Amino acid sequence: MTEPAARGFSRSREPAWVKWLLIGAVYLIVTVLIVVPVVQVFCIAFSAGIEMFIQKALVDHDSRHAMWMTFWVTLISVTINIFFGVALAWAVARFKFPGRTLLISMVDLPFAISPVAVGLMFMLLFGRQGFFGGWLDEWGIEIVFSTPGLILATTFVTLPFIARELIPVMEAIGPDEELAAITLGASGWQMFWMITIPNIRWALLYGIILCTARAMGEFGAVSVLSGKIAGLTETMPLRIDKLFNEHDEQGAFAIAAILTLFSLITLAAKALMEHWVLASIKKPDADEL
Amino acid sequence: MSSSAAKSTALRKRRVLPGLGLSLGYSLTVVTLLLLIPLAACFAKAATLTPSQFWAAAWSERAQAAYFVTFICSFVAAIIDTFLGLILAWVLVRYDFYGKRFIDSLIDLPFALPTAVAGLVYANLYTKNGWFGQWLVPWGIEVSFTRLGIIVVLVFVGLPFVVRTVQPLLETLDNDLEDASELLGATRWQTLSMVIFPAIQPALLTGFALTFARAIGEFGSVVFISGNKQYKTEIAPFLIVSRLEEYAYAEATAVAVVLIVISLILLLIINGLERWNRRYD
Repeated sequence: MTEPAARGFSRSREPAWVKWLLIGAVYLIVTVLIVVPVVQVFCIAFSAGIEMFIQKALVDHDSRHAMWMTFWVTLISVTINIFFGVALAWAVARFKFPGRTLLISMVDLPFAISPVAVGLMFMLLFGRQGFFGGWLDEWGIEIVFSTPGLILATTFVTLPFIARELIPVMEAIGPDEELAAITLGASGWQMFWMITIPNIRWALLYGIILCTARAMGEFGAVSVLSGKIAGLTETMPLRIDKLFNEHDEQGAFAIAAILTLFSLITLAAKALMEHWVLASIKKPDADEL
Repeated sequence: MSSSAAKSTALRKRRVLPGLGLSLGYSLTVVTLLLLIPLAACFAKAATLTPSQFWAAAWSERAQAAYFVTFICSFVAAIIDTFLGLILAWVLVRYDFYGKRFIDSLIDLPFALPTAVAGLVYANLYTKNGWFGQWLVPWGIEVSFTRLGIIVVLVFVGLPFVVRTVQPLLETLDNDLEDASELLGATRWQTLSMVIFPAIQPALLTGFALTFARAIGEFGSVVFISGNKQYKTEIAPFLIVSRLEEYAYAEATAVAVVLIVISLILLLIINGLERWNRRYD
C-alpha cells in the first residue's frame, strides 16, 4: 500500500462538482429505492398503534401459524444446506475428479431458474397427477400442498448459497494444514472438526446468514406448492399475499414489518462479520511490522 | 490397513486427504434428488406433448405477450441497474463521504428482503395516495399496475448485482495505469473511456447478465405491483401459475421449459463472462 498522501492525490481526479454530483446521486438512489420503502413498511405497520400491530402480527391465529411455518421450513432447509454445502465444498476444493467443473456449475442452477418453474417441477413429480403421485397416494404421503413440499422447494432455491461461500474460501486456504494433521496421525473426523471447520467458520456463518434470509423470503416456488391453506401451509410471504388480496393492509404490513426487521438484522450481521474478518486479517500484518 | 489401502491404486496414493467418497457421494445424491430429477421431470412432461401441442402451448398469443413483457421489462431494468450500479460502485470505491459504510451495507437489502415485502411496499408507494404516487400520478405517470411498475420493482430487486461485480474490480484497479495515462497527456475523459472502462467492461456485462437473468425469473415482487392483466402486465412466471391453477399442467410446463432453457443459456453466458473476467489472474 502506498502512503495515504499519494493515494489521496490519485483517488480524486475528477473536479469537485463531478464528485459531489455523483455522491448526491448515490444518496438519491439509495433513498428512493431502499430507505423510503423500508421506512414506509414500519410507518404503515404501526400507523394504527402498537396494539393493532400486535393484534395483527402476533394474536391473529393464521399469522402466528405462518410464522411457525416459516421458522420450521427455514430451519430444516438451512440445515440440509449446511451439510450439503460443507460436503460439496470439501469434495470440490480438495479433490480433482472428472465432471468437477460441471458439478460446480450445476449447483448454480437454482440461481437461474425461475422459482415458479421450481414449484412446477415438484408439482410434476409429487402432485396428484405427477410421476410419483399415485405411489405417494397409496402410501398416504403428502408432499404437495403440505410442509414437505415447502421444504423441498425452499431447499432447491437456496442450494447454492452456503456452497458458493465455502468453495472459494476452502480453495484459498489450501490443504496444507489438513495434510499436516493427517500426516501427524489425526483421523479424518479429528482433522475435520479441529482444522477444517475452524478454518471455514466465518464463511460458513456468512453462508448460513444469506441462506436463512433467502429461505425466509422464498415466495414463487412455495406459492405454487403450498395450496395456500391458511393456518396449515401458509408461510409469512404467502400470508402477506393473502392479506394483500383481502385488502387487509394493516395485517399485510404487520407481517412485512417483521420480515423487514429480520432482513435488516441480516444486513447488520453481515456488516459486522465483514468488519471482524477484516480486523482478523489485518492483525497479523500489524504484528509482523 | 491404511497403508495397504494407500498402495491399492495409483490414484489413492495421491489422495492423502480422506472423505472424497463420503462428501462427493452425499453431494451427488442431493444434486440428483433435488436438482436433476425435478429438472428431468419438467422436460419429461414437456416431451409427452406432440411438437404442435407444445408449440400451441408455449407460443400462444397470451404466452407471446407474457414473454414480451417479461423480456422488455427485465432488459430495461437491467440496463438501468447497470448505470445505477456503476455510479454506486464508483462512488463507494473512489470517494469518502458521510454514511459511506452504512450505504455500502444497505445496497444488499434487495438480496435480504423477501420479494413479497418488496412488492407490497412498492405497490403501496406508487398508488395514487402513496408517498411517491401522490406526486407522480397528477403528472400522468402511472406506476402501479403498469409495465413501468414492473420495471421499477425489478430495478430494486437487481440493484446489488452490478455493484457487487464491479466494486471489487475497481478496488484492485492499478492507480499506476491512470497515472501513466495522465502523464502521457490524456484528458480525464480519455483516461476514463480508454483505460478504466475497458478494464471494468467485462464485470459490467456480467452484472448486467446476472440482473437480467434474475429479473426474468422474478415473481414475488412483480405480482403485487403489476396487476397481472393479460396481454398488458402479465409476466411469464405468472402465466405458469395461472395455467397451474387451471390444472393445465402440460401448458404450464411448456411455458416453464421455454423459461428454463433461456435461463440455462444465460447461465452459460454468465459462466463464460466470469471466466473472461479472470483471464489475467
